[in-house]
Amino acid sequence: MNFEMPQFALAAPEIWLGVMVCVVLIADLFDRSQEGRIAFFLTQATLLVAIWLAVSTHWGGDREITFNGMYVSDSLAAVLKVAIAGLAAVTLGYSRDYLRQRDLLKGEFYMLALIATLGMFVMASASSLLVLYVGLELLSLSLYAMVAFDRDSRIGAEAAMKYFVLGALSSGMLLYGMSMIYGASGSLLIDDIATRAAAGDNLLLMAFGMTFALVGIAFKFGAAPFHMWIPDVYQGAPTAVTAFLGSAPKIAALALFLRLLADGLGQLHDQWQVMAIILAVGSLAVGNLFALVQTNFKRMLAYSTISHIGFLFLGLIAGTEEGYAAALFYAISYGIMVAGGFGMIILLSRKGFEAEMIDDMRGLNDRHSGYALVMLLLMFSMTGIPGTVGFYAKWLVLQALVDSGMIWLAVVAVIFAVIGAFYYLRVLKAVYFDRAESPTPLEAPIGPRVVVAANGGLVLLLGLFPDTLIEICRAAFGL
Amino acid sequence: MFEGWPLLSLLIWLPIVGGAGVLVLGRADADRARWSALAVAALVFVLALALWVGFEVGVAGMQFIERTPWIQAFGIDYYLGVDGISMPLVVLTAFSTLLVVVAAWEVVRYKPAQYLAAFLIMEGIMIGVFSALDAILFYVFFEAMLIPMFLIIGIWGGPNRIYATLKFFLYTFLGSVMMLVALIYLRTEAGSFAIQDFYGLQLPLATQTLVFLAFLAAFAVKVPMFPVHTWLPDAHVEAPTGGSVILAAITLKIGGYGFLRFSLPITPEASMALDWLLIGLSLIAVVYIGLVAMVQEDLKKLIAYSSIAHMGFVTLAFFLIFRILAGSGSRDGALMALEGGMVQMISHGFVSAAMFLCVGVLYDRMHTRRIADYGGVANRMPVFAGFFVLFAMANAGLPGTSGFVGEFMVILASFQAGFWYAAIAGLTLILGAAYSLWMIKRVVYGEVKSEAVDELQDVSPRERLLLGSLAAVVLFFGIYPAPLIDVMAPSLDALFRIVVPTL
Repeated sequence: MNFEMPQFALAAPEIWLGVMVCVVLIADLFDRSQEGRIAFFLTQATLLVAIWLAVSTHWGGDREITFNGMYVSDSLAAVLKVAIAGLAAVTLGYSRDYLRQRDLLKGEFYMLALIATLGMFVMASASSLLVLYVGLELLSLSLYAMVAFDRDSRIGAEAAMKYFVLGALSSGMLLYGMSMIYGASGSLLIDDIATRAAAGDNLLLMAFGMTFALVGIAFKFGAAPFHMWIPDVYQGAPTAVTAFLGSAPKIAALALFLRLLADGLGQLHDQWQVMAIILAVGSLAVGNLFALVQTNFKRMLAYSTISHIGFLFLGLIAGTEEGYAAALFYAISYGIMVAGGFGMIILLSRKGFEAEMIDDMRGLNDRHSGYALVMLLLMFSMTGIPGTVGFYAKWLVLQALVDSGMIWLAVVAVIFAVIGAFYYLRVLKAVYFDRAESPTPLEAPIGPRVVVAANGGLVLLLGLFPDTLIEICRAAFGL
Repeated sequence: MFEGWPLLSLLIWLPIVGGAGVLVLGRADADRARWSALAVAALVFVLALALWVGFEVGVAGMQFIERTPWIQAFGIDYYLGVDGISMPLVVLTAFSTLLVVVAAWEVVRYKPAQYLAAFLIMEGIMIGVFSALDAILFYVFFEAMLIPMFLIIGIWGGPNRIYATLKFFLYTFLGSVMMLVALIYLRTEAGSFAIQDFYGLQLPLATQTLVFLAFLAAFAVKVPMFPVHTWLPDAHVEAPTGGSVILAAITLKIGGYGFLRFSLPITPEASMALDWLLIGLSLIAVVYIGLVAMVQEDLKKLIAYSSIAHMGFVTLAFFLIFRILAGSGSRDGALMALEGGMVQMISHGFVSAAMFLCVGVLYDRMHTRRIADYGGVANRMPVFAGFFVLFAMANAGLPGTSGFVGEFMVILASFQAGFWYAAIAGLTLILGAAYSLWMIKRVVYGEVKSEAVDELQDVSPRERLLLGSLAAVVLFFGIYPAPLIDVMAPSLDALFRIVVPTL
């Protein structure tokens, strides 16, 4: 076996992140301000550079594989990484003032976030089962710690416990599935697996492995019936963590699905399609129906996440390039929306008071019409009303479904979308139609305010001019 | 003077951007909000008149076309244009919005800037609906209408506004997402989202029926047709005056417009096969809803039900054409039904707007809409009474008003479909006269009923201007409808060729 030097330049984004994790850790030690200023700004800068690196190394070029076939550099990786780092930057942008007000501000928080981001980057470029798994665990372990970041919070500890146990279980499932796939194909490399599957070797064993892997992926996504952890974890974690947890890792989960099932087991599409349909319809039903009865805004967003995951799976079901592009667009736009949603909670909260009930939004329009407008945009975007990016996300998925002849599924999806409209409207009812008990004008630090305004603006901007993002998502799949 | 201008884009985006401007400018100062909103609305109206003047009468095809790529991956264009069917509706929209802005002047005190901005944005979106020639662009505007209307009813509405606004939203949203699936399907067949490319698709009848039903879900809710009409009375009763005006004058018309632009030309065979359904529902709307209107005790509810009955008449006209052709083979008769339906739509836009403004005038003074609280209003408000009686007469279809022209044309045409169609359709005149006159008798005439009525002030110059301008339009088109019919006839004729190509 002759040793081939890997092309380190192709992995520049990961190398950069890995180095910067150490730099942030050390720099924070020398920061005596107790405000985490250095760690915060260093992290944001790191993420911005990572975006630049991802684009310049991966985008547009040919698909290249290095590190003995374990690392892939293609346009898809670029889009995934830009979305991941961008969402991480936005959600961390909300976090600093939130953490400071609650005396949680420590440099480790940002270091953990960076490690999680590194894990997601690794997943986006993984071309081997092992690398995929390493990336996933890098992400998961950081997230467990972040969920438990408020050590004194009982509900936070419970959420972290739940997340850890179920996360470990799902990792186990995934690993078990991967080992079967390895057994069936004799290789850990996704390209080899695809070749073997195409040749029809050991398809039964491979299908078993695929089943377990899909269950693991569904756990990570939070698709019904593997969704139980989502509401508790979303509610229990500090809101700044929920915002991070709810947005970027969804992109990473999509990466997991695309790399493993689409790239590797595309041949088994007929088998996993049925399971994906069940997951999608189940998630739409569970998410939308349970969200209807929530009075806690964080829990409502959690159940709405499940329903959006259902919609995302609908894009994957078709198993076509168009469908994957639609799912990618969906994941990115959903990440933007949900980050904004949790950002709003952070804005409305203050020390000792979490504005996490829907009733806490009452009379927001009287207290600050700008925030109310952002809320309006976010909720209509999640409903899928045109003029916001959420419409195009839904439309692309429906388009992919209809193109592949599954019109009935499209009809089911839109019916659930209408049911979903009801609870988003309930939030807007509180914001616009109810009167505040005490119409004190709201005050919030400038940082989160700017981020939330940009976040709402992005929802509207992409809602009016979705073309560029659609083209990018399609180009990632060579369309 | 407007040649070469992107007139339609201006008509769409000027009010939307202007509305945002009003929102920012008028946040602190209500007067500034009012004047800037008036300036925007007036400017848009002038542009709409320019559109009318520049419109070439006698041409069937689209005019003022603008086309630029928008979402290239799917061949979606920003594609605008108007023909004789949509142009009058655009002008009607601009006119009604101007009225709403004037009507809100002193009346709306809670967040006037947001109120006016919502209506201006609504105006731009509605003009977008009428001028979009790309199906997705149409859908975007069609759905985006929900946002301002949701806020208008929910923020400035009456006590039961939350129920009404949720019902309104969910009904119309469910209807339109079905249409979205149909549009996506049509694109896979036609290869593009341009509405005209959908015309002439040779779809099998079973597919056509499904597509037709999807369109029906969207447009029947908007019109609204029996039995999905129940959101309308709720929405009207709870909406502020301006909201009622826009709902009645424009958004209902979007349903009728949808039937002409989508259902009939894209799925002609399904339309013919299912015309019994549409005719049946329309006749129920005319007769049953007319009767329901008669027993209402709330002024706004009465007018709302009367709107449903009148719109039923419009859908009756649109789908009677197949029966007329089968009955007499007369192409002219069928065309007359279409023209009558369109004239009725435009006329109802003016008349219902006027009726709701009249109720608004009364409500501002008395803060009640119960018919029983009024009586003898004419003694204290003679000028107002004159206007109110005139509009009620127009609503009942009195000759010399615009309401008569459309109804007369449709009934005349429906004789060629069969005697009974005409007889039942004719009931609308009787029922309309009955509930309108009875309402007038109870509200306007008789002895002064209470002290509150005794203290009523007659209409102010601002209200006189509002009602006067509507009265002038209603009378003008009642006596001389030719300009309206000349504008729309060629386009309806062209539509007819698509629906029934053999004739």
